[in-house]
Amino acid sequence: MESLSGRSKQVVNKELTFKERIYLPAILGGMWITLKHFFMKKTTIKYPEVKREFAESYRGLHVLKKDENGAERCTACGLCALTCPAEAITMTAAERKNGEEGLFREEKYAAVYEINMLRCIFCGLCEEACPKEAIFLTNEELTPANYDRGDFIYGKDKLVEPQHHPIGKIRGGGPLNQRNYHPYGKGLVTLS
Amino acid sequence: MDFTFLIDKTILVAIIFAISLGIAAYSTYFERKFAGFFQDRIGPDRAGPFGILQPIADGVKLVMKEEIIPAGANPFLFIAGPSLSMLTACMTTAVLPWGSYLEIGGRKIPLQVADVNIGILYVFGVVSLGVYGLMIGGWASNNKFSLLGAIRAASQNISYEIAMGLSIIALVMMSGTLSIGTIVEQQQNSYWYVVLQPLGFLIFLICSFAETNRTPFDLPECEAELVGGYHTEYSSMKLGFYLFAEYTNMFVSSAVMSALYFGGYSVPFISALHLDQNLVAIIGTLAFFGKILFFIFFFMWVRWTIPRFRYDQLMKLGWQILIPLSIINIVLTGIFILVFDK
Amino acid sequence: MKEFFYFLSFLAVLTSLMVVVAKNPVHSVLYLIMTFFAIAGHYILLNAQFLAVVHIIVYAGAIMVLFLFVIMFLNLNAETEPQKPLILKVAAGVAAGLLFLTLVAAFKGAENQVAVTGGDSQIGLIKNLGKVLFNDFLLPFEITSLLFLSAMIGAVMLAKKDTPEGPKSKDLKKEMLLEKEII
Repeated sequence: MESLSGRSKQVVNKELTFKERIYLPAILGGMWITLKHFFMKKTTIKYPEVKREFAESYRGLHVLKKDENGAERCTACGLCALTCPAEAITMTAAERKNGEEGLFREEKYAAVYEINMLRCIFCGLCEEACPKEAIFLTNEELTPANYDRGDFIYGKDKLVEPQHHPIGKIRGGGPLNQRNYHPYGKGLVTLS
Repeated sequence: MDFTFLIDKTILVAIIFAISLGIAAYSTYFERKFAGFFQDRIGPDRAGPFGILQPIADGVKLVMKEEIIPAGANPFLFIAGPSLSMLTACMTTAVLPWGSYLEIGGRKIPLQVADVNIGILYVFGVVSLGVYGLMIGGWASNNKFSLLGAIRAASQNISYEIAMGLSIIALVMMSGTLSIGTIVEQQQNSYWYVVLQPLGFLIFLICSFAETNRTPFDLPECEAELVGGYHTEYSSMKLGFYLFAEYTNMFVSSAVMSALYFGGYSVPFISALHLDQNLVAIIGTLAFFGKILFFIFFFMWVRWTIPRFRYDQLMKLGWQILIPLSIINIVLTGIFILVFDK
Repeated sequence: MKEFFYFLSFLAVLTSLMVVVAKNPVHSVLYLIMTFFAIAGHYILLNAQFLAVVHIIVYAGAIMVLFLFVIMFLNLNAETEPQKPLILKVAAGVAAGLLFLTLVAAFKGAENQVAVTGGDSQIGLIKNLGKVLFNDFLLPFEITSLLFLSAMIGAVMLAKKDTPEGPKSKDLKKEMLLEKEII
């Protein structure tokens, strides 16, 4: 049968020629290759001193966004929890009371919002599912190590960004809207 | 016996011992460093600048680790194994000529501890004893993997000793002496023996890889099937001794190879410069160490290039290829001597 | 030199006694190796360095390694040692005693002979040894090599699997299958 890739090779058990049988040419060839690598540029990154740059599409720690007035964008619709393949997200909704308009953007908000970082697989589906552009995965923060399993359950205290960054700006830094990687076809839109 | 003679020899022994152990220690560092280079990495670089203190860190770690003697092991032999390995590894340096001679205050001080007239045989005898360290250690561990490693080591060493001895016989036929000092002197004003004995050198090289248990012949300690081979049960400095003995062996066999086939301390055309004898001796010694270091590099280069042989391939190579080849080499050498060397 | 001789002799006798006395066969082999070293030391005292080194290479380096090899494979130890009947022990004791007596009788006459301790320093060198071997003792030397050859052939014959002859061997496949089953 014709192979589709055109790369398949028929196995043949042919007799080795004398040159192949004494092995020395092959060994010398191999040693020439390793010698070339001896003088090549090394690819090692000396970690603590030099850190590797994150890819623009890197999916790190989650952040719950605030809007330009400093109100939380999350409306506790539960789509992120629903779409999460690892079932890492859980939340409890609550109704916004009068006078809390500055705190919560919508009339319903998440009183409790928890992500279990031990379950999370950092697939970024929550980010995609969110209709309010409230949850994003930063491209520069990793989940820190911990001694306690309980400490891996991140509540709102750790997830909500301390002050407003424009969407496209993530906690701590780089412009998110300059990321040109859209894994599932969803662009990052800056809310006007 | 002269008092100054004794002092000279003692100093020489101390220096040679320190240098060979130092080179063996730093071989561990350069092995890892070169392994990195061959694989596009940079190797150890944390302990000191460029990781230069790595052997010291390793040594301290090995010494500080817990000494474990397994319950079923034979305690005396368990300790004797690595000690014997280390002893035999260091013994060979006594007969190697490290340089011609120095003239200090009108006295000639030869840079060789003992010019035994059967130097090659001495080296050969010590090498053949080297296997006891591995065998005793492997057996005393009371572990199946160790025993298998020990048995592999023994059969491998015996098999390759034969081809090694036969390749040396061809060399001895040409030189007419068994003294390594004389062989090196012969090469000073003539061709290096690698020119006259290329096949013999190749066989010797391959056999020394097998005798030092280095890749591609490191089957006694091959971790894929035997865990750690004969040193499976060893930890702390006893393991360190085994590893150290391997590197000392590597150093010694590099030295033997460069002395027998690459002219030892002889530098081509140096007599044409009419230099001071002391200077010539020092340059010669440095040249000798240069040759040794090249061979150590070669050992490492091969290790990080060629994969391990299968055991039946190893035995086939030893018995069916190298031994007939070295016998052919002896015959060829005989014809050569008969035709050209009346 | 004399002290050295006594030391070596003491070592040789002690270790060879230990070869017999040691319970563990591996220890016996190791003691035997030490005996060989002591004897090699004697050779060196007699200025026969070549013999000493060859002794070590051949006996300690090759033969004893094989001994050790086989004993390690068999994994003999005190528990598995079969108990020999008393009469065998007595017979062995008598035989060894007789041999000892013979040896004592043989060496008794030797006490008046002049001991040659390194008289000629050149006698042990290879050149002289080779000349003696190939001139004066050529025939015994060559006969020895014949002996080795026949021993080698014998070893190969012993190690070779004997192929069964006759009508049975026709069915080779069956034989091989049977063999596989046995293995």
